[in-house]
Amino acid sequence: MSDQTNTASTGLFTADSAKRHRRDRFFRRLARCATWFGVIMLAVLIGGILRDGAGSLSFAFLDSFPSRKPAIAGFKAAIWGSVWAVSLTAVLSMPVGIGAAVYLEEYAKKGRLLGLLDLLIANLAGVPSILYGMLGLIAFVRVFGMDELSFMGLSLPFGRSVIAGALTLTLLILPVIIISTREALRAVPSSLRQAAYGLGATQWQCVRHHVLPAAIPGMLTGVVLALSRALGETAPLIMIGALTYVAFIPETPYDPFTAMPIQIFNWASRPQAEFHHLAASGCIVLLVVLLGMNGVAVWLRNRAESRMP
Amino acid sequence: MKLESLVSSSATETSEPDREPVDPSACAPVVKAAANEAVIDSDPVGTVLSTRSATISYSGVPAVRDVDLDIERGAITAIIGPSGCGKSTLLRSFNRMNDFIGGATASGQILFEGHDVNAHDLDPVELRRRIGMVFQRPNPFPKTIYENVAWGPRMAGYTGDMAELVERSLSDAALWDEVKDKLKNPGHSLSGGQQQRLCIARALAMSPEVLLMDEPCSALDPIATGRIEELIESLKPRYTVVIVTHNMQQASRLSDITVFMYQGELIEVGPTKRIFTNPERQQTEDYVTGRFG
Repeated sequence: MSDQTNTASTGLFTADSAKRHRRDRFFRRLARCATWFGVIMLAVLIGGILRDGAGSLSFAFLDSFPSRKPAIAGFKAAIWGSVWAVSLTAVLSMPVGIGAAVYLEEYAKKGRLLGLLDLLIANLAGVPSILYGMLGLIAFVRVFGMDELSFMGLSLPFGRSVIAGALTLTLLILPVIIISTREALRAVPSSLRQAAYGLGATQWQCVRHHVLPAAIPGMLTGVVLALSRALGETAPLIMIGALTYVAFIPETPYDPFTAMPIQIFNWASRPQAEFHHLAASGCIVLLVVLLGMNGVAVWLRNRAESRMP
Repeated sequence: MKLESLVSSSATETSEPDREPVDPSACAPVVKAAANEAVIDSDPVGTVLSTRSATISYSGVPAVRDVDLDIERGAITAIIGPSGCGKSTLLRSFNRMNDFIGGATASGQILFEGHDVNAHDLDPVELRRRIGMVFQRPNPFPKTIYENVAWGPRMAGYTGDMAELVERSLSDAALWDEVKDKLKNPGHSLSGGQQQRLCIARALAMSPEVLLMDEPCSALDPIATGRIEELIESLKPRYTVVIVTHNMQQASRLSDITVFMYQGELIEVGPTKRIFTNPERQQTEDYVTGRFG
């Protein structure tokens, strides 16, 4: 397209066409650069970890307890500690988070109080995790300094146990679960609710039979993503005193534990280079688990989308 | 809610010889029990729904103002008027569907069988079972055709023969012949018009006394619209139908009584023929002759 035809046909529209297109191209390139920056950084990170850690990654690494000798040190206690902590977190956070979201979205009366709660929950989702660690230390590890107490299999305070860690992680991811679950509930078309209410269904019947089934894939996606965040959290677990050297697998929720990111941190902070390789191997394991969990989330979302009427 | 009182005063099934044999609700044990109660309202034509200076506001802004209206039992009443005149709001106030709209408030009285629907001891769940609703866009549940019809009665504890109720409801909605071989298919697999008839069948399965229809054909093509209109006409002796429509031809073809609303106010009510040929009010005449709206 020549400039001549442009000026001839535009009349009052005097913008320089070539200049506009130049600017367009410039911003397209800028945006592309921004994207590539992220991709390259990720590639460098993964490449570095693979280079350092692939060598020491083996079945023995996955199946050995940590040791002072790097050659025989392994990730077993950390893997199982994380499995324990995240499983318990899932069990604790799902009913509370989903329940709260259902209440806020379906039952609570819209008004100023609900708006305030929205704001608080959104802010809680952004609170630094170390603060949750301090809360967990006071509320779960020490239970506000209470004396030891044991009844019906429950022993208080929880001490530096898996259950204290899981409760802390639960608090940490609860706002995320509530927010994502509410979004999933909001995505359920209101025509579906109207249809149920119009037939004389109670709110619970409507929620139980129509809203929850329609929202479950979206809810699970949010829960899985929140749990993968819990899996990678280090600071609050260090704060509540998860151990850095554990030569056993927790057998009850009251046992002390370690977790993958803590073990990685521990190895990386040692002076010997061999331990740094172990830290990189641990990173690979952690990344694989995280990618697996995020993959499940994507799969759930896709399945939900393909099922939508 | 005082369920007994609401049921007993409306147990017209026994008092209407022309209604009883065809009324499917007579088979429902829920209603049968009610029929044993004392019959207070035995007037077969009477008023089933009425409003007394009803004002409905959204966040303080009135959408319906000071409406006095009586809906006649067994008749088809059309509510017409330009967009935003409050006709859907009025319709939704009869079965309290406005409860789900934040900030909606009602004053004045809206009476169903003589009971104030906004009374605090009235159960809106039971009210909505007895006043069915069909919406603007077909909204079948993402379930099978059979389940779409069976779900409502099951939730209300229907103890009769469910398969028979589903067949009867689908037949009443003129859909049975088209779907009888594919009851296990999803409701969404049907065409738009069929989906809307499925929604009507779903409402009929609850044995409602009144069927509220909020522009039920506005999302449908003319052929599907024609079939829905035939269906609505076939419901006439058994159900009271209140239909909101944008389509004046539809109102004049279908209804016995026409209500014209404008800017939240009720302008004129009368037999459909008179409203369309000899309206009393200038605004009504302007609207029905297509001069505005």
